[in-house]
Amino acid sequence: MQVGILHSISGTMSISETGSVQAEKLAIEQINAQGGVLGRKIETIQEDGASDWPTFAEKARKLLVNDKVASVMGCWTSASRKAVLPVFEQHNGMLYYPTFYEGLEESPNVIYTGQEATQQIIAGLDWVAREKGAKSFYLLGSDYIWPRTSNKIARKHIEDKLGGEVVGEEYYPLGHTQFNSVINKIRLRKPDVIYAIVVGGSNVAFYKQLKAAGIDMTEEAPLLLTISVTEDEIRGIGGENIEGAYACMKYFQSLENENNQEFVAAFKEMWGDDMVIGDVTQAAYLGPWLWKAAVEKAGSFDVDKVREASPGIELASAPEGYVKIHENHHLWSKTRVGHALADGQYEVVFETDDLVEPDPFPEGYQ
Amino acid sequence: MFSGYSLPELGAIFAMQGFAGLILFSVFVLMALGLAIIFGQMGVINMAHGEFMILGAYVTYLVSNAFAAYMPALFGAYFFVAMVLAFCASGFLGMAVEWAIIRHLYKRPLDTLLATWGLSLILQQAFRSLFGAREVGVTIPEWMMGSLPVTDLIEIPINGIFVMVLALGISAAVYVMMYKSGWGRQVRAVTQNRVMAGAVGIDTERTDRMTFGIGCGVAGVAGAAFTMIGSTGPTSGQAYIVDTFLVVVFGGAASLLGTIASAFSISQAQSILEFFLSGSMAKVITLLVVVGILMLRPQGLFAMKLRK
Repeated sequence: MQVGILHSISGTMSISETGSVQAEKLAIEQINAQGGVLGRKIETIQEDGASDWPTFAEKARKLLVNDKVASVMGCWTSASRKAVLPVFEQHNGMLYYPTFYEGLEESPNVIYTGQEATQQIIAGLDWVAREKGAKSFYLLGSDYIWPRTSNKIARKHIEDKLGGEVVGEEYYPLGHTQFNSVINKIRLRKPDVIYAIVVGGSNVAFYKQLKAAGIDMTEEAPLLLTISVTEDEIRGIGGENIEGAYACMKYFQSLENENNQEFVAAFKEMWGDDMVIGDVTQAAYLGPWLWKAAVEKAGSFDVDKVREASPGIELASAPEGYVKIHENHHLWSKTRVGHALADGQYEVVFETDDLVEPDPFPEGYQ
Repeated sequence: MFSGYSLPELGAIFAMQGFAGLILFSVFVLMALGLAIIFGQMGVINMAHGEFMILGAYVTYLVSNAFAAYMPALFGAYFFVAMVLAFCASGFLGMAVEWAIIRHLYKRPLDTLLATWGLSLILQQAFRSLFGAREVGVTIPEWMMGSLPVTDLIEIPINGIFVMVLALGISAAVYVMMYKSGWGRQVRAVTQNRVMAGAVGIDTERTDRMTFGIGCGVAGVAGAAFTMIGSTGPTSGQAYIVDTFLVVVFGGAASLLGTIASAFSISQAQSILEFFLSGSMAKVITLLVVVGILMLRPQGLFAMKLRK
């Protein structure tokens, strides 16, 4: 039985997608070691999306039509997912998509193993308002759909639910490397919280320049809360440059539970001791396991039966802890806040008591 | 936007903003100098300029790791060693590229665009294979990462000062080489009339190779300096290439002074606009103005007077 892996291993996105490929391969290897799915070994066919959205669509068609794979683990950016979506709907494939993203989508042919926007944003903002007494926020992001949609939700929540104030909101082109002007603006407005959704290489520039400008995040004046920096990104930024910042994710490598300790050990054994595991890498690891559970529940590899079996699938062995597939194909999962340490890891300082319900079309936030 | 702020606060912000503009200016100058030599003087459209910069950044990464492992006591000074090695690495690679590819294309300047673009893809994949697809973290010596408190409100980033001093130093060195040395005279002679330069006894091949090498070497130093403010990954060089060409073309390709004047005007415009508008809008307006001016003055800000 064959499963497709479709990520960029060349081009600009390979920086981010490499971890997902590694996690998916690890999961499939472990599944095979346990005897496979319905008694059959799983083989993987890997294709390279090459950071190019039409290539993603073409490779998806190849996997579904020529190779007739049972499911595909893949995509990272929303743009690549939007590009393959018509292919999956036309040829009735099943995609397990690992990245936290902006929501506003619900396809019968996709299982979203990352968080949609409200799962990542709201609990974090509540926490910072409650525990740190934050009242004023400066929203900052890279200029594309995910940061803009996320900040829209954040602004609504800050203004309507928390009674706080947004003192600035702005966007910089992807790949922007000069943040001195915005840092000056932040000094001028003196917000309690810098809410940063900067991605890619810009991240590195932003945090280095923030530190060089004398804003020490460990003093928390202002405090920095991000939803775009995982342990993976910190490798490029340098732990000493982001120490003291807070990140809102569902998974951190430092989570203390047995599932996670086993996962981290297995990951390092397979891919090397210097590996770090970020939120998306863990979400990618869930994909093959969720697919396996759904196939076994359905008793068949047939996509329609797997889809029907998917809602309600539970995974108690997830490194992030228990998760469950919602009717809307997203995952119930906890939201956590981590505090960045100088060694590049996060210390978990908060987690929601209950699983947070996924809500890809949040009412009142659009 | 400024209500509720005291005069000293506003003064401090404007001082820091002015300084931010100067840092951006220095960054632009560093990016553009190497290309001004290669594109401006030799007429080669070097699309791999960003990759030569990133080679310098990777050299810095390797040197920092070597110092951390073998000479931790001298770690604070590794950056100077790294810059020299970055210059050598990018410079030698540049000379090799000139020998292998560019020298066959001097009569077909537009083809250099394709050849160097291909080269940039090859270099990106080489970086990816050697150093991995992920960005590498370059540890900067502690003394370079802080800021100097001038008053209670004004803080000046030390790495900004470092970049400024470096930009000034390299500009001065390039100026002296191009306009005050025998080598510079040879370079300009070859650019203006290759056949004639050869006839009076200038070794044109050697001159070309040296010029291309030095242009790439300067790019390598810029790349080393940018590890302080930006990211180091296989494709990071792409972030700089558009701005670099913009500065050189806007300044008037053959003029070093033009490059500096254009870096100054673009950086100041962008930095001021960024302060009053959002980052994306600032970029849009800056580009529109540059396009407008280039439509009226296609030769750029400063150009040699030629009889047409």
